[in-house]
Amino acid sequence: MTEQKFTVTSSPHISANESVASIMTDVVIALIPAIASGVYFFGFRAAVVIMTAVAACIVSEYVFEKIMKKRITVGDFSTVVTGILLGLNMPVTIPLWMVVIGSVFAIIIVKQLYGGLGKNFMNPALAARCFMLAAWAGSMTAFVTPFMGYGADAVSSATPLAVLKGTSDGSMPSLLNAFLGGKAGCIGETSGLMLLIGFAYLLIRKVVSWKIPLSYILTFAVFMFLFGRNNTGYSQGYFTLLHILTGGLLLGAFFMATDYVTTPTSPVGQIIFGIGCGILTFAIRTFGGYPEGVSFSIILMNVAAPLIDRYTIPKKFGEVKKNA
Amino acid sequence: MLRTFKGGMHIPDHKEQTNGVPVRQIDGAREHIFLLHQHIGAMIEPKVSLGEYVKVGQVIADSDAFLTVPLHSSISGTVTAIKPHLHPSGTMVTAIIVENDGKYLVSDDVCPKNPDKMSAKDIIGVIRNAGIVGMGGAGFPTHAKLTVPDGKKVTHLIVNAAECEPYITSDHRRLIEEPEKVISGLKICMKIFELEKAYIAVEANKADVIELLKQKTSSSGIEVIALKTKYPQGSEKHIIKAVSGKSVPSGGLPIDIGAIVINVDTAYEINEAFATGMPVISRIITVAGDAVAKPCNLEVRIGTLFSFVTDAAGGFSKPPKKIIMGGPMMGMAQFTLDVPTMKTTSAILAFSETEAIYDDYSPCIRCGKCVSHCPMKLMPLYLSRYAAEGDLEKCMRYNILDCIECGLCSYLCPGKQSPLQNIRMAKQKIIENRRKKK
Repeated sequence: MTEQKFTVTSSPHISANESVASIMTDVVIALIPAIASGVYFFGFRAAVVIMTAVAACIVSEYVFEKIMKKRITVGDFSTVVTGILLGLNMPVTIPLWMVVIGSVFAIIIVKQLYGGLGKNFMNPALAARCFMLAAWAGSMTAFVTPFMGYGADAVSSATPLAVLKGTSDGSMPSLLNAFLGGKAGCIGETSGLMLLIGFAYLLIRKVVSWKIPLSYILTFAVFMFLFGRNNTGYSQGYFTLLHILTGGLLLGAFFMATDYVTTPTSPVGQIIFGIGCGILTFAIRTFGGYPEGVSFSIILMNVAAPLIDRYTIPKKFGEVKKNA
Repeated sequence: MLRTFKGGMHIPDHKEQTNGVPVRQIDGAREHIFLLHQHIGAMIEPKVSLGEYVKVGQVIADSDAFLTVPLHSSISGTVTAIKPHLHPSGTMVTAIIVENDGKYLVSDDVCPKNPDKMSAKDIIGVIRNAGIVGMGGAGFPTHAKLTVPDGKKVTHLIVNAAECEPYITSDHRRLIEEPEKVISGLKICMKIFELEKAYIAVEANKADVIELLKQKTSSSGIEVIALKTKYPQGSEKHIIKAVSGKSVPSGGLPIDIGAIVINVDTAYEINEAFATGMPVISRIITVAGDAVAKPCNLEVRIGTLFSFVTDAAGGFSKPPKKIIMGGPMMGMAQFTLDVPTMKTTSAILAFSETEAIYDDYSPCIRCGKCVSHCPMKLMPLYLSRYAAEGDLEKCMRYNILDCIECGLCSYLCPGKQSPLQNIRMAKQKIIENRRKKK
């Protein structure tokens, strides 16, 4: 009919600039303050741990996809995010070979064997952390006091959470220190302020919404305030605040409970997810064998996410009640 | 306070290309192709024969079916063929081809009518005979919309001037250049329903229009409402929600809650049908997009080939890769410029780049943006997945038939998954299956 031929596709014919890579890049940017505080307080080895995790994650994904003849997806940065989160969830003293095995577990077992990005039902970094906690309980909880180095002269230290629980002796950081940073614990959880800055960035960029983190932290706070076993001599309010600012709660609530793939997509479902995480974290910290329960809580709720989504289908526009 | 609805999102509107350019009329196409499928509803049949001489405004095709309107010649000249021609939807449709004699002689049937002395039924009859349809793109016959079933009462009569699709400014220019005619068309509709009050709803990105309309409508009972600039604000259900606060029930019609929405150009054409008696023979078409040399708004006679229209806009500054009839969100891609304009051709867009959908494709990461922005409060990610799996039952459970196909989910999907494409195909299957059962 005519020599001119144009591309025909189904509408819409324009699209937003956002891509998976741009979203993941935003998450990486948001994690930079937490990484910086980890390196500042725990020393250069913290950077080595994180870089090892990132490198091991990238290599695992690349090799797996190459062997399975799948499209190489390393460029979408989701693997980098997993690596950073895994690194941030390690104590600075962790042997590097363990980090490598954890990374391989995260990418190959948790992510790729279930179909790769978007298909895994647990947060890879958290699942790997739980795996490592079970495999090498000692190394995974060998926390040291900040600024003390990590060589032979490192001073091992109980985490504030263990002290709060009464399972270890040790000094408690002040609330201000717990917020600004410099408490014993994993690399990424030391500074609440830096985590908050990163989270604020994600909110401004509209990468995540407030729904899961806020419902998570609020639920946890309410339960801890009302039912927390406080043998510390602090007031219940102070005790609750210490619980929020220590351990992995903020890191988990801001960066891991907001993982798209493993959380509900319906607005109501997201709030239920947050509440569930809050209750579970409270329960594990209060009644469980471990002083910390953020990782377990989130992956338990990850497993429930598809179910939550199924039962929280939003009310559609113009929905009318059917007369039975 | 700007009124709006929940969900949706702001999309860069690119209207600056054409919103300041006055409308220019173009004539002179050697041949006009009148497709016999210009609107939703039944096909119409030719009322002229080969070799017959037709004039401007003369009926050339019509039908007795209710959901049809007649089609009029937009030029004077001789019928040279009645044969199938490519339709912008991609199918072949019967068309009446008229060779233009360049004289534009007006038919004797075209004469002014006075609505003041007419009954509501007669007014609606004039509107039908003028070939008026929803000029926004859907093309629903206007007389059918204005024929209200017994027992229903119209409370909200709204002129939809949201024009929420990016690039398109044809309604914008109409309202700036001929606001009185649009208002007068609306007043005729108010007379049908004996309404004291009506609304013109405009997106806030057209501040000049809002200002002008407020001046022109003072003390007329017509309220000008500023809407938040947000896609898909111009969706019928969502403009009703913004103006009246009421939601059209799922599966229902606007009239169920007393609302009727008409397009800007529809109101304009209603006025013309009475003021001059001229039926729909032309419309304003926005010609824009980065490949167009001189983006503009043109008053184009129905049946003009797209290629003639784009030539009138200065041709292409770079080779176009994609041609769209309508807006970039809901418009139809064309594989050739050898298709004629219709009553519903609000824009012809030409882009030098096709969206490189398959290059940045990545799996659904369940970001949930399609859920939080869906104006119908659906879950496109699940609809898309079940649609792709062919699980129509689950699609129904997730309310697939409520989808208005606005395309926002595909627009914002970071994985470039095109959920709407899957959803649309499943919807068609479901509707086909229903027809078979009947």
